[in-house]
Order: sequence, then C-alpha cells, then structure tokens
Amino acid sequence: MKVKMQIRDLNFYYGDFKALMDINMDIERKKVTALIGPSGCGKSTFIRTLNRMNDLIENTKVEGEILLDGEDIYSKKIEVEELRKKVGMVFQKPNPFPKSIYENIVYGPKRHGIRNKKQLDEIVEKSLRGAALWDEVKDRLNKSAWELSGGQQQRLCIARAIAMEPEVILMDEPTSALDPIATSKIENLIETLKKDYTIVIVTHSMQQAARISDNTAFFLMGELVEFGPTSTIFTTPKDQRTEDYITGRFG
Amino acid sequence: MNLGKRKNANRIFHGILVCCILFSILMLAVLFIDTFKKGLPYLNVKFLTNYTSRFASKAGIKAAIFGSLWIIVFTIIIAFPLGVCGAIYLEEYASKNKLNDLIKVNISNLAGVPSIVYGILGLAIFVRALGFGRTIISGAITMALLILPIIIVASQEAIKTVPHNLKEASYALGATKWETIREVILPYSMPGILTGTILAVSRAIGEAAPLVVVGGAAAIWFTPQTPFDEFTTLPLQIFTWATMPQREFQGVAAAGIIVLLIVLIFINLTAILLRNKYQDRIKV
Amino acid sequence: MNGINIKNNKKNANKSDILRNIRIKKVKEKIIKNLLFGFGMVSVLITVAIFITLFSESVLFFQHIPILDFLTGTKWTPLFKPQHFGVLPLISGTFLIVIFSSIISIPIGLLSAIYLSEYAHKKVRKIVKPVIEVLAGIPSIVYGYFALNTITPFIRKIFPEASIYNALSASIAVGVMTIPMVLSLSEDSMKAVPNSLREGAYALGLTKLEVVYGVVIPAAFSGIVASFILAISRAIGETMIVALAAGSTPKLTLNPLESIQTMTGFIVQISQGDVVQGSIEAQSLFAVAMLLFVITLSMNLLSRYIVNRFKEDY
Repeated sequence: MKVKMQIRDLNFYYGDFKALMDINMDIERKKVTALIGPSGCGKSTFIRTLNRMNDLIENTKVEGEILLDGEDIYSKKIEVEELRKKVGMVFQKPNPFPKSIYENIVYGPKRHGIRNKKQLDEIVEKSLRGAALWDEVKDRLNKSAWELSGGQQQRLCIARAIAMEPEVILMDEPTSALDPIATSKIENLIETLKKDYTIVIVTHSMQQAARISDNTAFFLMGELVEFGPTSTIFTTPKDQRTEDYITGRFG
Repeated sequence: MNLGKRKNANRIFHGILVCCILFSILMLAVLFIDTFKKGLPYLNVKFLTNYTSRFASKAGIKAAIFGSLWIIVFTIIIAFPLGVCGAIYLEEYASKNKLNDLIKVNISNLAGVPSIVYGILGLAIFVRALGFGRTIISGAITMALLILPIIIVASQEAIKTVPHNLKEASYALGATKWETIREVILPYSMPGILTGTILAVSRAIGEAAPLVVVGGAAAIWFTPQTPFDEFTTLPLQIFTWATMPQREFQGVAAAGIIVLLIVLIFINLTAILLRNKYQDRIKV
Repeated sequence: MNGINIKNNKKNANKSDILRNIRIKKVKEKIIKNLLFGFGMVSVLITVAIFITLFSESVLFFQHIPILDFLTGTKWTPLFKPQHFGVLPLISGTFLIVIFSSIISIPIGLLSAIYLSEYAHKKVRKIVKPVIEVLAGIPSIVYGYFALNTITPFIRKIFPEASIYNALSASIAVGVMTIPMVLSLSEDSMKAVPNSLREGAYALGLTKLEVVYGVVIPAAFSGIVASFILAISRAIGETMIVALAAGSTPKLTLNPLESIQTMTGFIVQISQGDVVQGSIEAQSLFAVAMLLFVITLSMNLLSRYIVNRFKEDY
C-alpha cells in the first residue's frame, strides 16, 4: 500500500471556531510531506490531529476520518497511547526532559513496557545513531540533556521519537528555533530518515519545503488549497492563491 | 504648586517611607534582643534535658521538644500526600466546571479560617466523636487540616511552572496522564512543592491556638511513646510558662522561645538545602 | 515474501502485548483519577465538617439562649453566677484589637509597600524584603510574649493607669505581625501596574510622589483594599497574642488601656479550664466560634469579591 495515512473530510473546531475545513489528503508511505502556509492557516492544528495531540485541549471537536493503514485513529477501538507510539512527534522548540540523555531516549520505550537494561542500551545507541547524535554524546549519556546545544537538543528529540520505532514522524516546524548550521544538519537527517519512516513536516520556510519534501500541501485559513508533488506545487501551481503565496505576494 | 515645593513634598514622603520600613526592622530587632536577654540566663543543657517543673530554675523543655517532633512528623505524613494529590487533581485533572470552581474557592477560603476554628473542629471530631482523646494523633490531624490549604496552593503554583512543552513531549511519546505526572510534572515541580511544604510545616510548628483547644496538656513529665499519648509542644509549653504567676517563669518562657526560634531557623535552612539538592538532581 | 510474513507475525504479537499493556494502564489511570478527585474533595469535606460541627453545637446553645439575646446582650459572664451570654463585650474586645492593630499595620504596611515597589533601590529591596518577611514567620505565641513582656511595660511607663493586661499592647503586637501581610499583597498589586502607565505620568513632568498617588495607587486599588481586609480578618482570628496580653475580662469599652477579652481569647480560656462537656458554657464555645467563623469568612469573601470585581486588565 502506497498510502500511509488518509484524511477524509476532516473538520476541526476550537469551541465554535472552525479551524480546519473539509481536509482531504493522502500521506504517502516513506515520503516527506510538507505543510506550508501563512501563520494561523491551520497547518499546526492539522498536524496535531494526526497523533491526536489536540485531544489535550479542552473544548475541541473533530469530524471526519483519519485512517492509519486503513484504520480510523479516532475510532473508539484505538487507544491514543498506542497511536502515539506509532505516530511520533517532534516539536517547534526542542523540549528534552530535565533528565539525562539516556533517560530521555528510553522514556517512550519504558512507558511501553520495555524494562530490560540491555535492550534499552541497544535502543539508546540505535536511536542516537539514527539521529546522527551518537558520536557527539556517547561519552556523556548520563549528563543532563539540558546541557546540549539547541541543535543537539532537537536531534535528541528526534532520537527520542524514533526510539519508539514509530511508523510516522510528525515534525512541527522543527528548525524554527535553530541556527542555519543546526538546521542543515536536521534537514540532512530528515533525508536519511525517510528511508524508514513516513514524515510529515510543518515548515515556515518554503525553501525548506522545496529542499526536503516529496509532496507539499498549502493551507490557507483552515482550507487545504492545493496538494500535490512538491515539484508541481512550486513550479506549476493550479490555484492562484498558491502561486501568490509561493511567489511571495503575501504571508 | 511650584516645582521646588513639589520636589520637597516628594523628599519628605520618601523620608516617611523609610521610617515605616525602619519601624518594622526596629520592632524585629527589639523583639529578638529583648527576648534573648530575658531567656539566655535560663538556657542551658539542663533546660533541654529536664521536664517542666514547679520551680523555674528546674523547668526544662524536653517533653515539649519531643511532643513537637511527634506532632510535626504525623502532620507531614497526613498533610503532604493529601496536599500534593489535591493539587495534582486541581491542576491536571479538574476540568472547568462548577464543582471544581467550588473546590478552588473553598481552598482559598479555608486558608483564611482562623486557626483556632480548626482547633474546635479537632476537638469535636477527633478528640470526641472519633474518641482519640487529647492525644498526639488528634493534634496532628488538626494541624494537618490547618496547613493543608497552604500545601495545596504552594503545590499548585509549583505544578503551574512545569513548561507546557515538556508535558506535550511526554504525551507525544505515548505516555499516559499519570505517567506524565509521575515522570515529568512531579520531578520538575518537587523543589517548589517541598519549599511550600516546609513553610507550611514551620507555620505548624509555631502554631499554638488549635492545640490549646484540642488539648495539649499543661504539664507533661514523660516523652511520648505512641501517637495515642498525651503531649505538649514548644509553643504550648511557652504559653503555659508565660501564663504562670511567678515572675521567673517569664524568663523560662523566653528560653523556650529561643529554642523554638532556633528550631524554626534550622528547619528553614534544611528546606533551602533540600531544595538545592533536588534541583541539582533534576539537572543531571 | 516469507520474510515479510514472519516479521508481520512478530509485529502482531508485539502489538497485542502493547495493547494489553495499555488496557491495564487505562484501568489504573481511572482508579488514580478517582483517587485524586477524592483527595481534591478533602478540602470541601473540611469546610463541611467545620460547618456541621459549629452549627450542630451552636443549635444546642441557642435552645437555651435565644440568638437575639446572644447577639445583643451586653454582659458576658459564662463562668460565674449569674450567667449572662451577651456576646457584645467579646465583639467590642475584638473590635478594639482590630482598630488599633489596623492603625499600625495598614499605614505602615502600605507605605512600606510603596517604598519597596516604587522608591527602593533593587539592592535595598533585596535585603529589606526578606528581613520583613521574617516578621511574618515568627509564631504568634512569640508576639504574645513580646507584647506582655516588652510592649506592656513600655506602655505602662507612658500611661501609668494602663492595666497589666490591656488591649493596646496586644493590638500593637497584632499590628506588627500583620504588617508583612499588607505589605506583600499591596506590593504585588503595585508591581502589577504596567510601567507604561508610570512612564506616561513621568513624561508629563510629575514627581515620584505624584505618580504614586495619581497613578500607581488608583491602579492597584483593589489589591490594596483586599490586603487591608485580609489583615483585619487575620487580626479578628488572632488568638495567642490576645490570650497572653489582652486579658480575660470581657467588657464593653473603647479604652485600649483596659483589660478586655476577645472572641478567640474566650475560646482559649474555656479550653484551658475544666468546663464540663455538654454544659451550656461548653456549648457557648461553639456559638462564639461560629460567630468568629462567619465574620472571618464574610471578610475573606468580601476581599475576594473586591479583587475580582475591580480587577484591572492591563
């Protein structure tokens, strides 16, 4: 199956405010899907519906379906903790726990029942290697994660997400708090990660979307205006609004 | 008014303000100096190791020290878990509805209830209705109820300081609410919770009014062995001495106050040390 | 193909494990949530218990003494014959303490708050604030001793007619004790006044004093008033100071140099003596406590109302 996640007629409400309108989208397996659009357009709200982070906000409502491998993630049969194990997330600002590097990585696996020390050690090494951080931190795994630089912290957060062996990784503007060098490291990392994972990334930078993504979705005021292969969106957009945004006429 | 006059008014006002501050500091200084002067002649090793006595020269504070210790240990055992759990409920679980609003208003009102009213509650319920009598356990539960609102509010404030993005990180890794609380929220807010608890505890150590009602005994010639023994505490013993007709007992009371103040200083220092240690552990 | 199938099987086994694990956790989560709710309700239970205790015992008392006689009677002599249960003398005693303690705590607390918030250099503030907070940490029994042994002798030097136990001495100690309360609450509300308001006033050429009474105090007014009310409520409920220094002779007087008795002082007196449980004297304890509770509760609610009603949204 080529499609990993299908979004069908998705509506989302904060109280009475309708933040997402009739979104339909197919997210391809082991591809990078970028979500772009001006701030407040709903792209962050959208990405947070994919692992039900919006459940944490009171007074919100979801309509429609989001299918993960054909199964509706909002169905009663789905436990949200299990879903979040499958769909990992990396946030805008690096948010490591005030614990050691080691404890940060094993946080998820421990929650899902892995207690064996040897197994945990393996997970730590594998995840840190996967996030291209192993060589930098292997000698200080028991040091606080808060002592790392911003870029290292963000790669730690990626390592923490892949430690759960998720199928999808959501990234909500993962480089917006980082300097250009750290940003390029993360972008390279994403390039490698997509061999194993399906990645959805919200980005404020169109250049970034163009550089790293296979498909791009353009959001405007809660609507999905256009969705398609990145090359098409950036070269021959069908919608006038997409073209205006990409050519920098607004936003 | 011309500028010179206005500036003068400001200067005079500034002077008045400084005097107000100095008044407080002066009062504090007089209180300490005068009490120490009165109490020091009675403060010696025998004062710490003797029980109280009809004779000022033989009166000691041993029973009160042990009584305070017993009371405070049981107060903490009861109030700390109750307070922290209550705060967790209010901050992390309670949705916005009438019942939870009521709980919140209620806690801030409880904090304003005079301490002696808690004593009356303790007298009616623990001493009489539950039949615990005028014992350590009655006193400790009463004290626990008294400081519960303080611990809840302090813990709430500490829990509020946990950054939202850390909680999100935990949920995004598939942790449940309780796991997030146990692994992220509590460790992060523990220094604040401990500081608040210790402040509440030092309030309880100095508090006398509720225990007067619950019935700390005026004179105790033994150290308590179980929570169902009678007791006296430092402030109660000081109160008893200060109401004695013989003049010398005022000096004994002052010596008791010195001990009480030293205990309080010691506890506050422990609080600071404990908090610092905990903070270090979090960072590693 | 085969390899993929094996992998899938392994994954499925794993998956059902994880799911069971999560299901067990869900049950645990529910139990914990209910437990915590129970803990949250403890505070409500305490309030209910206070109400029921005070109310039920007071009802017994009011069966003997009509509530109107209690509230309007001018003689309070429960411990000797003929017994009178008019609470006004206790109220007037409490009132004296409130008045004279407020004369100290309110102006000094407020002015000190103005100093720390508007005038004091950061360094000065850093030293002075903790020193004054020490005042708040001193147990009231210590203030009581201080009143009896330091303030009273001083008062009697100035007013030789003052009695050994007198309302003034206790009031001064209560006042000093509540200074930090007025100070920290009013300082907080002055600190919450945005600097842009101050700067606007300074830009008009006002002096600091003019900015304080023209801008800062009006903007912080509700918080300041609330701090006054809380200090008064605290003075009403203060026990050990008045029990030690104010005396135990309930009387209707406005002379602070006389010995008086407050509501709290009476409760202490009864608790110390050998009053027979179930006697009318013992019940009067609860009636007085009920009155005390109602008064302080209304004051706390009032201060809450003022803060919420006049909250400034900057």
